[in-house]
Amino acid sequence: MNTIEYFKERFDQIQSENGSNGLGSLRQAAFNAFSKMGIPTVKHEEWKYTRISGAFNKEYKFPVNRMVNHLSEDDLKAIRLPGSEQANELVFVNGIFSFPLSVIPSAELIVLPLQEASSNEYKDIVVKHLGHSSNYLKDGINALNTAFVQDGIFIHVKKGQVTQHPVYIYNITDARSDNIFSQPRSLLHISENAQVQLVETYATIGLGESFTNQVMEIIVEKDAMVEYYKIQNDAGHTNQVSSTHIRQIGKSYIHTVVISLNGGIVRNNLNVVLEAEHCEAHLYGLYFPMGQTHIDNHTVVDNVKPNCLSNELYKGILNDNASAVFNGKIFVQPNAQKTNAYQSNKNILLSNSASVNTKPQLEIFADDVKCSHGCTVGRLNEEGLFYLRSRGISEKIAKSLLVHAFAIDILEHIKPEPIRMYVDRLISERLEFNIT
Amino acid sequence: MLRIENLHAGIEGKNILKGFNLEIKPGEVHAIMGPNGSGKSTLASVLAGRQDYEVTEGSIEFLGKDLLELSPEKRAGEGLFLAFQYPIEIAGLSTINFIKTSVNEIRKYRGQEPLDAVAFLKLMKEKMALMDIDKSLLSRSLNEGFSGGEKKRNEIFQMAMIQPKLAILDETDSGLDIDAIRIVANGVNTLRNKDNAVLVVTHYQRLLDYIIPDFVHVLYNGRIVKSGPKELALELEERGYEFIKNEISVEEEV
Repeated sequence: MNTIEYFKERFDQIQSENGSNGLGSLRQAAFNAFSKMGIPTVKHEEWKYTRISGAFNKEYKFPVNRMVNHLSEDDLKAIRLPGSEQANELVFVNGIFSFPLSVIPSAELIVLPLQEASSNEYKDIVVKHLGHSSNYLKDGINALNTAFVQDGIFIHVKKGQVTQHPVYIYNITDARSDNIFSQPRSLLHISENAQVQLVETYATIGLGESFTNQVMEIIVEKDAMVEYYKIQNDAGHTNQVSSTHIRQIGKSYIHTVVISLNGGIVRNNLNVVLEAEHCEAHLYGLYFPMGQTHIDNHTVVDNVKPNCLSNELYKGILNDNASAVFNGKIFVQPNAQKTNAYQSNKNILLSNSASVNTKPQLEIFADDVKCSHGCTVGRLNEEGLFYLRSRGISEKIAKSLLVHAFAIDILEHIKPEPIRMYVDRLISERLEFNIT
Repeated sequence: MLRIENLHAGIEGKNILKGFNLEIKPGEVHAIMGPNGSGKSTLASVLAGRQDYEVTEGSIEFLGKDLLELSPEKRAGEGLFLAFQYPIEIAGLSTINFIKTSVNEIRKYRGQEPLDAVAFLKLMKEKMALMDIDKSLLSRSLNEGFSGGEKKRNEIFQMAMIQPKLAILDETDSGLDIDAIRIVANGVNTLRNKDNAVLVVTHYQRLLDYIIPDFVHVLYNGRIVKSGPKELALELEERGYEFIKNEISVEEEV
């Protein structure tokens, strides 16, 4: 298909139906940007090692809200994460938020269609923050999501409230009868002195191709605390670009863990902007692809104000023909004195045909800062392997003990116990069946 | 139990052991002493099956089997144990999980059921007391941040848990103070019986004050050049390795 023309048809259709609503001009600007930039190719510096343009040669259905697909309870059951009975569950199907399938027991949590939030009491927040991520993601794929922002949701955690139940977000693609292109979109507003745990996952039902182009924007106010966990373990025939844009606009604390295990092409953009003094940001990631899976983590930590702390640790384990990219940028703006910013990326290659491209980038414009970065790519520690084997432990089990030991300091940052145990189990199973 | 005949071995094309012979019988304690570079560590590495060492000639028979045909884990299953000179630190792997896996993998090799939690705990408590090991050490990552003494005690603790037939102590005394040497030696002595054997590889005589050897062998330039009773160790300590070197050069001249 001609990608731009195809999306233009969809765009014009929606624009003619609700062009006059509050999001119309944002959508129009975004679509113009998309028309100009198109889908990023490997010529784009930020997409050098990740080729998503190939996925757009296929025919997809791009559902809009009149085509909401109804999943059965059984479909959901297979997708639910452990601990879901204690959680708020927010469900997107083919990129469209589904109120009937979502369960929201927490009164401190407000969930509204973005369209509605852009014209009621939350209008100021929406207008101020929606679309900010495009400043950091200067490519057509982010613009494409924003051009169809009308189906997104607004999530608001009330001031001073601690969400007792974690918020699970399911991005489900129903590809049983078609190839599906979906674009989940959300704007989260974590009010002053509020706390929330977010857990997000992706699942495709059926054997059709799926491409998910997600954008999530999280606004963190003063004294708020946010934990954000992303679990990516979808089928091998699914591709996704998942962009998470976090703005700490008051002195606040964020903690993110991104676990990427399976998929076709998985591209994560995680941007954290520290826009107030004394913000703290912790970013952790573990990717463990096998087969032909390609996982790309692009992160940006932008220190705008003085006295902030950021700490980033991403670890990769690669098997078979898998490939991975880590690109971590740290900006320290001229005003951001006394910044502490650390970054580390460590990789283990388990096979000769696995590969990783890792690129730390520090751009420092202030002079009184502490910053460090480092990356390693290596094999399993031979000395460690011999030590374990000399104690009677078979090579296979010794390898999996070492790989698990390597992963553990990311896993232990997953604070909700059911999720931590779940991820640990996925990794243990992978080690048991796929390491020789 | 162990019979090494005409062993030639080395690393990266360099010959280090050049015709090494040794026989160890059940119940015996042997000490191998020698100056730096004589081949002590090579011997320990070859026995345990370290892959970067290459055997070019000779044979090693262990309990009737060709040791050189066995992988490191099978050697351990057969009853061979090497206490490392430099135990490896593994962040993220708890000491207890490691030892439990080791004990049960060896049991599996021998066709035994894995120890259940109660039996394992009982065995562990007994051996912890023997080696003066604190419980908190076992929940920490394997050897990570352990002091030199803790690492060596942890080695002998593993030996106590596994109960090997032949234990090789590779420079176990290096970096230990006298108290730590006593604890380590006491552990080794408690585990001695008529069916197992110990091979102590050491530069210094001092560990042999506590683990009394039946035989002392002097390794020099890849071969055993002198064997004798435990008094030989004292003589070496007093006179240094120079006298051995002199004796050899005299012999060679003759």
